[in-house]
Amino acid sequence: MYSVALKMLFGDRGKYIGIITGIALASVIMIQQPGMMISVLSRTYSFISDVNQPDIWVMDPMVRYIDDSKPMLDTQLYRVRSVPGVEWAVPMYKGGQRVRLSNGELVGSNLLGLDDATLIGAPGILLTGKLSDLRRPDAVIVDEAGARGRLAKPAAHPDEKPTPLAPGDTLEINDKRALVVGIARATATFGSQPIIYTTFTRAKNYSLGERKLLSFVLVKAKGDEPPEDVANRITEKTGLKALTAQQFKDISLDYFIKTSSILTNFGFMVLVGFIVGAAVTGQIFYNFTLENLRYFAVFKAMGTPDYVLLKMILLQAMVVGFVGFGIGAGISAMFAAYTRGGSGITMTLSWQLLLGSGAAVFVICLLAAFFSVRKVFRLEPAIVFKG
Amino acid sequence: MTDMMPDKKLLTSNTALAVSCHGITKRYGEGDNQIHALRGIDLDVYQGELMMMVGPSGCGKTTLISILAGILDQNEGECLVFGENIKKLSHRARIDFRARNVGFVFQSFNLIPALTAAENVAIPLQINGMPEARAISKASEYLQEVGLAGRENSLPAQLSGGQQQRVAIARALVHNPRLVVCDEPTSALDHVTGHKVMDIMKHIAVNQDRTLIIVTHDARIFSFADRIAHMDDGRIVQVDQNVVEKNTARSF
Repeated sequence: MYSVALKMLFGDRGKYIGIITGIALASVIMIQQPGMMISVLSRTYSFISDVNQPDIWVMDPMVRYIDDSKPMLDTQLYRVRSVPGVEWAVPMYKGGQRVRLSNGELVGSNLLGLDDATLIGAPGILLTGKLSDLRRPDAVIVDEAGARGRLAKPAAHPDEKPTPLAPGDTLEINDKRALVVGIARATATFGSQPIIYTTFTRAKNYSLGERKLLSFVLVKAKGDEPPEDVANRITEKTGLKALTAQQFKDISLDYFIKTSSILTNFGFMVLVGFIVGAAVTGQIFYNFTLENLRYFAVFKAMGTPDYVLLKMILLQAMVVGFVGFGIGAGISAMFAAYTRGGSGITMTLSWQLLLGSGAAVFVICLLAAFFSVRKVFRLEPAIVFKG
Repeated sequence: MTDMMPDKKLLTSNTALAVSCHGITKRYGEGDNQIHALRGIDLDVYQGELMMMVGPSGCGKTTLISILAGILDQNEGECLVFGENIKKLSHRARIDFRARNVGFVFQSFNLIPALTAAENVAIPLQINGMPEARAISKASEYLQEVGLAGRENSLPAQLSGGQQQRVAIARALVHNPRLVVCDEPTSALDHVTGHKVMDIMKHIAVNQDRTLIIVTHDARIFSFADRIAHMDDGRIVQVDQNVVEKNTARSF
């Protein structure tokens, strides 16, 4: 009888496509909204994620999150290096700078100064150019989203599109020349500002008039030392705030969640997405069962036990749920791939999100099947004789 | 009420009881809105018999065959079908009883639109646990018997009304039930097609071990009946042996 259930489902192609489309759209809503929320939230600590070599981030004690830069004196670097358990410690500059484009437009950007010797903190994925080119005079590497977006070369005519930056192009940072030597892929930041990588020394040169220029000290703990212990020791010895990368991500995320309404707004959208998805999916499947109620009554009259009817309806629900969710997840994956690397709306598609939304669709289908089954169980088989 | 027992000389052979009902009443609704659909029905139907139930709309014909088929409970009275008091069977036993012993033919065919003719006919066999491939193979043989060889893979929408009803007849017979109940099997068909369908029913469905009960308004098919029970206002008012002239003269 299960093949009969499937044939009933697939047989009416119009209805089947309608159900699948409804569930796919509901799935897209349920995947996309949380996916975008995760993406936006992960931008609050994306910079920490991209710099993956150090175990510990050392900063001014008053820093509350990654973009809350309170520069320190360069001498703090040597104090950190002297703490037992520190394998190595390198300086990093992180600050906002204004970049002037060829048409005179000023674009606020994140300038990152990496340790001149090691270039620790450099982007992991270089799309064009070489990392070692950063040692060339005036060299900078620009992130992909910035190169294609806000830092792109302005078009000569208003109806033409800007040209993405490429190695060999030049920028102007605080009246100083910067030569693009590479394009890197970096996770977009919360403010979606372009990211410009250069050496620590050159970054100081670009940052006019600032006395303190050491934003962070990046530390690697010795192999046998737990990073948490080394971080505590650095704080104890230097009075600076030292956090493991995960701790720094956590406090950055907490800060944004507590000080903005982002979680409420997105949470509400996610909730609405779930409710709309549940309502659409449930209603469509319930209607499908209602339309087939007469045939279920025929099955009942002919002697089909209730448990077989239950399995038939559950099978139909699971199949439409599985296929609909698969299509919805596929569309979401395409959206995530298409928007990847951009500075605008992006979406993070994690396995946890897929599992969660898949479970939600599964629950919705079960609920829809439950209400449908109740209707079928209460069905009087004698209705088969009504015209 | 006239004598409900048939003249046994007119019954061709087997006189064992297929259905025996006594004092059957059925009410729908409550209080002032209560409707008495059946008001004390006594009826015996014999194995190998084709019995028709006729009467005006709302006289209780469909309610009665629903009770005989085990898909509706009476309020009072006792109904034995092949010796089983259906009302006293457990829910599960009653479902099993229907699956094994009862075939249905409906006015509106009730074929599953998404299934082919053979797949529709195979349903009762699958309900009784036969694997799909074997069930479809056996269903194809029955389709051949009702004159639909070569139409096994046609969907109901690709068949005429008469052909659909023949598929429905094959579906009602394929699991070899002992009782077949038919609700207005010819009312959706034209005269010629209705006659053909009844011809098939008479020659394929009725045998010594199988009983047919047909509810109909269609006086054109009365001639196929062994006996005709006339119903009015929830009662059987008369049971006739098949006398075509008499039946056709009666106005419903």
